[in-house]
Amino acid sequence: MKEQIQIDFDKIIENSDFTEKDIKIKRDYLKKFLENGFPNRKLENWKFSDLSQIINKNIGELSFYNDYTSTNKVDTSLFVDGLEHNKIVFINGRIEKIDFDQEDKEKIQVNDHSKLNNKLNNDNSLIDLNNAFTNKYYKVLVKKDYSLKKPLIVYHTTNKKIKSKNINLKLEFQLEQNSSLKLVDLFNDESEKNFININYNFDLKKNAILKNYKIDKISNKNVKYSFNNIEQEENSISESFIFSSGSSFLKNEINCNLNGKYSSAFVNGIFSLNNIQQHEIRTTINHLVENTKSYQLIKSVLGKDSKSIYQGKIFVSPKAQKTDGYQLSKAILLDETSEFNAKPELEIYADDVKCSHGSSSGSLDEKSIFYLMSRGLNYNQSKELLINGFLLDVVEKITDPEIKNLIKNMIRLKE
Amino acid sequence: MDTRSKEIEKLKKYKYGFSTDIENTRAPKGLNEEVIRFISKIKKEPQWMLDFRLKAFKRFKLLEEPNWQKPKYPKIDYQDLYYYSAPKSMKDKPKSLDELDPKLLETYNKLGIPLQEQARLNGIAVDAVFDSVSVATTFKEELTKQGIVFCSMSEAIQKHPDLVKKYLGTVIPTTDHFFATLNSAVFTDGSFVYIPEGVKCPMELSTYFRINASETGQFERTLIIADKGSYVSYLEGCTAPMRDENQLHAANVELIALDDAEIKYSTVQNWYPGDENGKGGIYNFVTKRGLCKGKNSKISWTQVETGSAITWKYPSCILKGDNSIGEFYSIAITNNHQKADTGTKMIHLGKNTKSKIISKGISAGYSDMTYRGLVDINSKAKNSSNYTQCDSLLMGNKCGAHTVPYIKNKNYDSSIAHEATTSKISEEQLHYCQQRGLSSEEAVGLIVNGFCKEVLQQLPMEFAVEAQKLVGISLEGSVG
Repeated sequence: MKEQIQIDFDKIIENSDFTEKDIKIKRDYLKKFLENGFPNRKLENWKFSDLSQIINKNIGELSFYNDYTSTNKVDTSLFVDGLEHNKIVFINGRIEKIDFDQEDKEKIQVNDHSKLNNKLNNDNSLIDLNNAFTNKYYKVLVKKDYSLKKPLIVYHTTNKKIKSKNINLKLEFQLEQNSSLKLVDLFNDESEKNFININYNFDLKKNAILKNYKIDKISNKNVKYSFNNIEQEENSISESFIFSSGSSFLKNEINCNLNGKYSSAFVNGIFSLNNIQQHEIRTTINHLVENTKSYQLIKSVLGKDSKSIYQGKIFVSPKAQKTDGYQLSKAILLDETSEFNAKPELEIYADDVKCSHGSSSGSLDEKSIFYLMSRGLNYNQSKELLINGFLLDVVEKITDPEIKNLIKNMIRLKE
Repeated sequence: MDTRSKEIEKLKKYKYGFSTDIENTRAPKGLNEEVIRFISKIKKEPQWMLDFRLKAFKRFKLLEEPNWQKPKYPKIDYQDLYYYSAPKSMKDKPKSLDELDPKLLETYNKLGIPLQEQARLNGIAVDAVFDSVSVATTFKEELTKQGIVFCSMSEAIQKHPDLVKKYLGTVIPTTDHFFATLNSAVFTDGSFVYIPEGVKCPMELSTYFRINASETGQFERTLIIADKGSYVSYLEGCTAPMRDENQLHAANVELIALDDAEIKYSTVQNWYPGDENGKGGIYNFVTKRGLCKGKNSKISWTQVETGSAITWKYPSCILKGDNSIGEFYSIAITNNHQKADTGTKMIHLGKNTKSKIISKGISAGYSDMTYRGLVDINSKAKNSSNYTQCDSLLMGNKCGAHTVPYIKNKNYDSSIAHEATTSKISEEQLHYCQQRGLSSEEAVGLIVNGFCKEVLQQLPMEFAVEAQKLVGISLEGSVG
């Protein structure tokens, strides 16, 4: 792999217009990635899912070169109907469209931000990979006191043109004081056997509100990793919702730093898996100052041969008195081949806190099925109704009614 | 204050902190094949035992010291330790207590463990281990009548080689992790218990471990076998003198329960925890593992961990037999600069297996406490269940409490439930108690004892009283 990656890297540099300085930084990132390689189960974070092995098994040899010179045609039929929205469209990793038509142009700034900062101190080799190979990346700035009228939908589309490729995406969002943004990530893959590495950075200033919904619904054979870093100042709120269902492998990682008092973070997730799928959510919520709050709810419904993993960590620094942290993960195992792994972790250094976690897993409750069947439903209907109710609980946590309905329709949950 | 009164002051806090001035026989310093041969020779072991040790040592040389644990410690120089130390008078083991060195008898009297049977108020048989050797085992005759074997490991190797050969290393193989393998190579003594078929052991069996010599590591090995339909309750206590150096204690404990058998294993661990600045103390890196081999068998671990500079252990149950049960009850208290990384592993392999984990952690002062546990339900372990509850209590904002559970459910018929909370003693509770006339120390003591009650109840009566006192002493000075 090492030789191939170096050749691909040189080829990209040759065809690009990066500055000398950027190239040097990119080289540093590549060097660091090559030192560590793809993460494997020797790393605590990857204990339950060995990415190196998964890539080998699902993809084989990866190619890192992507031709970003030619444009792809944007297929408008993929756009969400019946909901006015702003768009960012990625096709095969290339940004094809940025559209903030619905908004006050002066309040939103989109910068082509290809400058990289030289932060080599992370221990995540996939971020290094992303920084080394990401093409142009954009920074969206929402100005002070402005709330976007309509949600922003980011379309992650891939088509059959690419195979066995590594695609790296990066976006940055800065939400100034009193601003708010609703962001939906929609994945739409027609391609097979690619490794997609997504890196988002959110910077929330005082009183800012971020709502991020990630929907991976359409069945595909890609391997995906998504990393969200969220920095939060005083009184800011972040809400993340993850629907994890389509890809062969998907790991969503959220790192949230609650830097300002009264800031709060909410993470809700659903795994709905089948047929040798393996998905993971890993969260790290760092409570760094007083009076911060976090709440996490993760539910899994696991069919044949599938496996879901939830690793959630609540960290409370000695300064973060009056922290309120809560985690709950529940799983229903439908088949004897399904598997649920969890590692809900608390690391606490302050005494005046309220932190707890709970985790439970098991099969569908036969008594409940019996109850429903005795009232005239057949076995499958009863099962469906129970699963529906189980998952609806998470969807109901979505605070935006428009998007809640959109997601309910999309994943076909009935009330 | 002169040095003597200072010494007395110190001993008040950790009353087991004295050392016994006694002549020792030691193996040469360092870890090599020669030392292992020396240990084996001095214990007059048969060839197969020596082979067992050498095999483990060969493997040990390939292993790297683990470093994933939360409490970090300065690197241990394994060549700078004595692996065998025994009182000289023990060279030829005395046949009865009358021949035992009076100094040893006095030591145990001082520790509150009189070895003379008539001095015992109640029927608890004791095996006393002093540094690397077992010095005495009480109530032997009465136990022998029922066919129960309760003796030191060295004696078992001589007198019951078949049993030892059959079971030693079956739960913790020589190919296990770093410290377990080290123990397999250099273990010195420990207790051996065999309960024959259908026998309910009439009294509590107990071992009292004492580290006395300096610069020594204690590596004892305990093996308990409960044959079909038998029952045994086993207690373990430990203390050590106060020294400025850190001493290593790496024991292996193996439990085997056959069909319908039950083993109850309780530990009150009170090794010297180091002084209030974190100097000295024991590194307690112990491997404890129980195998529920037969159907309907049960193993229950209860531990009260108050001592040691660093406690790093995970008493585990392998639930292999169908319908077997594993239980783990733990109180871990850390104060001053103590550190603990402890918990359990429940491996469900058989059908209808059940496990229960109740863990209570209390950290005070500058200490750090981690609960780390694994619940693994195998795909063949149909209809199994686990319940885990781990609660942490923090006293002051200089300490830490962490919970790291690993949960693996590979069986759709099985259920796992896990709960954990972290909090401090609420002001309301304290206020309520103080309003009714308790001092703040008494109030905290009362609340902590209530917090621990679920676990303390599991201990045999005499131990429970002792443990309750210990909980109070360990937290002294952490209030206010």
